[in-house]
Amino acid sequence: MDNKDLTLTLGPAAEFNRPLVLTPGQDLFGFILNHVGRALLFLITCSSVLAVLLILFFVIVRSVPFLTDYSIADFLAGKAWHPTSDTPAFGGLTIIVGSLYVSLAALVFAVPLGIMAAVFLSDIVSWKIRNVVKPIVEILAAIPSVAYGFFAVLVLAPWMQKHFGFSTGTNALNAALILAVMALPTIISVAEDAISALGRELREASYGLGATRMETILKVVLPAAHSGIIAAVVLGMMRAIGETMVVWMASGNATQIPHPWWDLSQSIRTMTATIAGEMGEAPEGSSHRSALFAVGVLLLIMTFVLNIVSEYFLSRAKKNLGRS
Amino acid sequence: MRRTVVGMIVLGLTMCVVAQAETLQIEGSTTVGPIADAFAEYFKKVYPDLDITVKKTGSGDGAAALVDDRCDIATMSRFMKAKEFKAAVDGGVFPVAHVAAMDGVCPIVHPSNPVKDLTTAQIRDIYMGKIKNWSQVGGPSMPIVVISRDTSSGTYETFHGLVMEKKEMAAGVEYVNSNPQAHARVKTTRGAIGYVGIGFLDRSVKAIKVDGVMPSRRTIASGVYPVARPLFMFTNGYPELGSMVHKFCTFYLTEKGQELVEAKGFVPLTAY
Repeated sequence: MDNKDLTLTLGPAAEFNRPLVLTPGQDLFGFILNHVGRALLFLITCSSVLAVLLILFFVIVRSVPFLTDYSIADFLAGKAWHPTSDTPAFGGLTIIVGSLYVSLAALVFAVPLGIMAAVFLSDIVSWKIRNVVKPIVEILAAIPSVAYGFFAVLVLAPWMQKHFGFSTGTNALNAALILAVMALPTIISVAEDAISALGRELREASYGLGATRMETILKVVLPAAHSGIIAAVVLGMMRAIGETMVVWMASGNATQIPHPWWDLSQSIRTMTATIAGEMGEAPEGSSHRSALFAVGVLLLIMTFVLNIVSEYFLSRAKKNLGRS
Repeated sequence: MRRTVVGMIVLGLTMCVVAQAETLQIEGSTTVGPIADAFAEYFKKVYPDLDITVKKTGSGDGAAALVDDRCDIATMSRFMKAKEFKAAVDGGVFPVAHVAAMDGVCPIVHPSNPVKDLTTAQIRDIYMGKIKNWSQVGGPSMPIVVISRDTSSGTYETFHGLVMEKKEMAAGVEYVNSNPQAHARVKTTRGAIGYVGIGFLDRSVKAIKVDGVMPSRRTIASGVYPVARPLFMFTNGYPELGSMVHKFCTFYLTEKGQELVEAKGFVPLTAY
């Protein structure tokens, strides 16, 4: 009696009784279904990779006319950005410096605060409170950046003019403060994960050797979690450098490098704000438009490098954890 | 067989609908865009069958669309350039200009600022960074915070053309991306100078006389005020009388049209 007859006689109700040996047809069908399913899922996964590659390709292709016509050294080192002038100049130095300037200034505010908050959440405060506070901190990341922008223009700028005596309130300090607040959730969240992942044994060993809580945190926990903390800082930097709406509204968008360099009360302009602000008027096929794409390529390279750095430190953090 | 019949009926019905619904394609300036939008919204209410689309990409795109017969009305914040006009005539399109409204741009300062009157040359020097302190133009000793609209806005285009004479602004000029934001920045900054469309003037900022002329609806409409320009709608020939294009291009003459023009912050040409 072959298998087919068996199923027929038992009927569909006796499914548990299905033959263990498949017919060649069923076998083939299963084989094909399995592979089609795999291929489909593979394609879906690929599409997101493909999207990244296509964006990269598109931005680079559109910037090629500019990069071939115009000297790259002038683009990177020139200070004059007059894209719509009769004799256009595309010196990108001011906006490159502007981007790095506000991002680093934001980190100066956000990193100490973020690491302290992460240590507090993981080592000091009770588990109950941590479970309330951490989600709230993460909500900060969900506030739309344009809402931050409104706050920067309508509240922070007049406040700084009134209390710090700045002539203009939309300046590097304003943008840096807002960016710091926006980078905080990323930094706190990633750093807290890294610090609490270290586990109880490490801390108990330290206490067992007679170290105080302060000593344990500063000399044992933080050094052990340094890879994760560096990754958190780099991710925070990525958040700050790629942010557009807030800097476009808060930084004043003046194409200048602050002089003296530490004077945060001056207006600056970032690469992202330049692209967002000028793309609308740059005619199709003009060197202005492809110059903006070149700025985009530069921005992509920066975030790409930062991403690799953060991946490196995150994987190191994981490896360290595996060893301990 | 039955399927074919049903298909034909459906096809026939859609064609009837398409034939009945009149379409109006409007394309061009971002400055004139709000006026065209307001008119279009009103027209949609009055003529529910009318299918209007308003695209706001730029005056140059509007001219190109009219030349290629891709639109019925090209909205433009400047007159057609010689090259565009020639391309149009060569292609059998004869552009006719309708001036739908006037656009006036007013320099504004903080209400506490005693400066009342500036010449266009002085404003240009301020924006070029040659004049850096209010004391140089008769005000108190206070550094000038120069605020401009972003370079892709129509307001910037007007200001850049009429006041700056297409010269580059200084590196220290701050850019904001909307009229309300420019207004807010000047309102809260003592040393600031900025410029907005006339519709955005109110008591919380102080408008400045330019070359001795106070910006107002009357001085702009009469052409006395120097920082003003007409806003155009271009059609291919004068539109057929009574057609939708004709109604749209002459709508600014009606009371409702003038109201809408004023509501969008522009100056109507006719007094009502």
